[in-house]
Amino acid sequence: MIQSLKQNWFSHLKGDTLAGAVVALALIPEAIAFSIIAGVDPKVGLYASFCICVVTAFAGGRPAMISAATGAMALLMVGLVKEHGLQYLLAATVLTGILQILAGFLQLGNLMRFVSRSVVTGFVNALAILIFLAQLPELSGVTWHVYVMVAVGLGIIYLLPLLTTAVPSPLVCIVVITGFAMYMGMEVPTVGDKGDLPDSLPMFLFPDIPLNFETLQIIFPVAFTMMVVGLLESMMTATIVDDLTDTDSEKNRECKGQGVANIFSGFLGGMAGCAMIGQSVINVKSGGRKRLSTLFAGCFLLVLVVFLGKWVSQIPMAALVAVMIMVSIGTFSWESITNMTKHPASSTVVMLATVTATVATHNLAIGVGIGVVLSALFYANKVGRVFYVRSDLDEINSGHRRYEVLGQVFFTSADQFIASFDFKEALDKVTIDVHRSHFWDITAIGALDKVIIKFRREGTEVELIGLNEASATLVDKFAVHDKPEAVEKLMGGH
Amino acid sequence: MSEVIACIDGSPAAARVCDYAVWAVQRLNAPLTLLHVLDHSRYPVESDLSGNLLLGGRESLLTELSELDAKRNKLALEQGKLMLDGAASRAIEKGVAEPKQRQRHGGLVETLAGMQEQTRILVIGKLGEEHAGEAAQVGDHVEQVIRTMHKPILVVPSDFAEPGKIMLAFDGSPTCREGVKLLAASPLFLGLPCHLVAVGKDKQLSEDLDWARDTLEKSGHEVEVAQLEGDVEPALHQYQQDNGIDMVVMGAYGHSRIREFFVGSTTSKMIKNATVPHLLLR
Repeated sequence: MIQSLKQNWFSHLKGDTLAGAVVALALIPEAIAFSIIAGVDPKVGLYASFCICVVTAFAGGRPAMISAATGAMALLMVGLVKEHGLQYLLAATVLTGILQILAGFLQLGNLMRFVSRSVVTGFVNALAILIFLAQLPELSGVTWHVYVMVAVGLGIIYLLPLLTTAVPSPLVCIVVITGFAMYMGMEVPTVGDKGDLPDSLPMFLFPDIPLNFETLQIIFPVAFTMMVVGLLESMMTATIVDDLTDTDSEKNRECKGQGVANIFSGFLGGMAGCAMIGQSVINVKSGGRKRLSTLFAGCFLLVLVVFLGKWVSQIPMAALVAVMIMVSIGTFSWESITNMTKHPASSTVVMLATVTATVATHNLAIGVGIGVVLSALFYANKVGRVFYVRSDLDEINSGHRRYEVLGQVFFTSADQFIASFDFKEALDKVTIDVHRSHFWDITAIGALDKVIIKFRREGTEVELIGLNEASATLVDKFAVHDKPEAVEKLMGGH
Repeated sequence: MSEVIACIDGSPAAARVCDYAVWAVQRLNAPLTLLHVLDHSRYPVESDLSGNLLLGGRESLLTELSELDAKRNKLALEQGKLMLDGAASRAIEKGVAEPKQRQRHGGLVETLAGMQEQTRILVIGKLGEEHAGEAAQVGDHVEQVIRTMHKPILVVPSDFAEPGKIMLAFDGSPTCREGVKLLAASPLFLGLPCHLVAVGKDKQLSEDLDWARDTLEKSGHEVEVAQLEGDVEPALHQYQQDNGIDMVVMGAYGHSRIREFFVGSTTSKMIKNATVPHLLLR
């Protein structure tokens, strides 16, 4: 126990603390920015980021992944906050957490296997675009000073690493721009203008809402979508961190961990959150590998905000916008654009559909839903083409034709299956040999019945061979993957 | 077929591990597997604190990290092969026909746990390569390995001497009684004189000792019984030195973790101060 504690937490002390500090500094502008997107005070996002970070450090299933207040979630709560206020958001956050824990127990993390790579790419790109779009309101109706500050900020962020990688360049950007604005006494919008910042440690509060069915009706739809989006992004991020660090994670434990974190967040006055792709990548890049990095990031963030609140409120929005533009650029999968020419058209369509649907609805759950359905359809279409019927006469002029069916027969290929038979040919007898094909559903069986009936009506005698082998795949609990001989037998004909 | 598994690494103890494994192989007439584990978590982690994400930063980071791993693993793989080759030729020289060489990626503890089924005896050095030069220490992994495995483990120090006289540290516990039966039945100690040593004096223990003596004598061992007093670990090791004993057999980690946390574990102390090989029974 003590050994594994040491292994999971303290085996990588220096890298974890440094990375945690870098992440904490980067989390502050993001948490503020996402609070503004959601339409709540910056302290709601900051408390959430602290709380979710700390709780997932203990309860999560993926060490070194960073979870906090996120853009994906913030976008889903805009309507709820606008119409019903903060208290309903806090209640929805708690409910999201409960639903996520349920999902963890129901092992819904395993459903991620239905989300194809194109959908994941679409999700990431849509997220990047949404984060970028959310910055635009900060850039409209402002003086030219703001544009210059954003440009200078981006310059610092991207050019400073060429000189040194010992200090986080986004931090330098924020410090320099804030210092300059304060020194010159410039009248530009600051974080302080957007609402309250934390002035104390978070406190336990029960959301101030009536506990009745009507409330549930208001918060449930939002909580449900947040549950889906939160888990989706968390699972995707976990996979990214898995790949980067070449280690494994416990996906269902992560679902429950996200749930526990959101429940805590809701009761401590924070908004719902989930794993963050950008921050997790930054954590790994900075050398974070163990749970300590996440814990340290959360704690350091709270200390910074509570004690430096006065200074944080002076940060010009321009500096924040520069950091968020960097985040969106870093999140976007630029490879996917060059890949459009290389990948099959269907995968590009799935990716673009996911992006378009998400950007149009500001709801990643809808985008992913459409992406998953589309990729399933494309797949069904493709597999339906793995199918062939050949035929020959037994002997010339014998009046006996033999049809042999190869491949996959199911709802997409059933019509084609029927069309492969020539019913107009006058025959005494046909033999249909299906032992090298698979009938996957009742549509396929229906199609076979239809073929037999059609032949019979023409006065032809029908002999069917190998139906048992072909329809072995019809059973719903069809499982051969763990029986190599069964797979061999099934695929033997192909 | 269960095997004698020898954990080979770059430490000076590796040659001893090999020697004791060969001894066990020849006594048990079991096949020998030389195992080297490539533990990635021991590689240092690069850290870039610039805290920003450039265009395509995610994708390039993956390429960077995997290339670094690829380079390190290639080297480590080659190094490990050399170690295994060295150990294998040593074993062949000593008369083992076909030592099997195995290399696996992952942590030592998980790897050994995965090989549990095929293990007959595990031979491991007291100190791993990362501790070379530190005196009177136990390698990080050794305790974890002992706690995870449910097979006999031979922890060897940095000298080899053909075991001639053995000592069984007896405390009357169920593990220890099993140990007596195992000792009596196993060809590993066939014909070796055995000292049956207990610390403490009570009636139950004396009765248990009598039983143990009978069991061992019946299987043809020459048995000498001693009951010592004082602290368990120093008393046992003192006895071992005074009587020129070459191998200690004992049950491992019998008490609850909570008790161990407060009192400290006898097993850990025994291994820490070991100068001869200790065979630990679970």
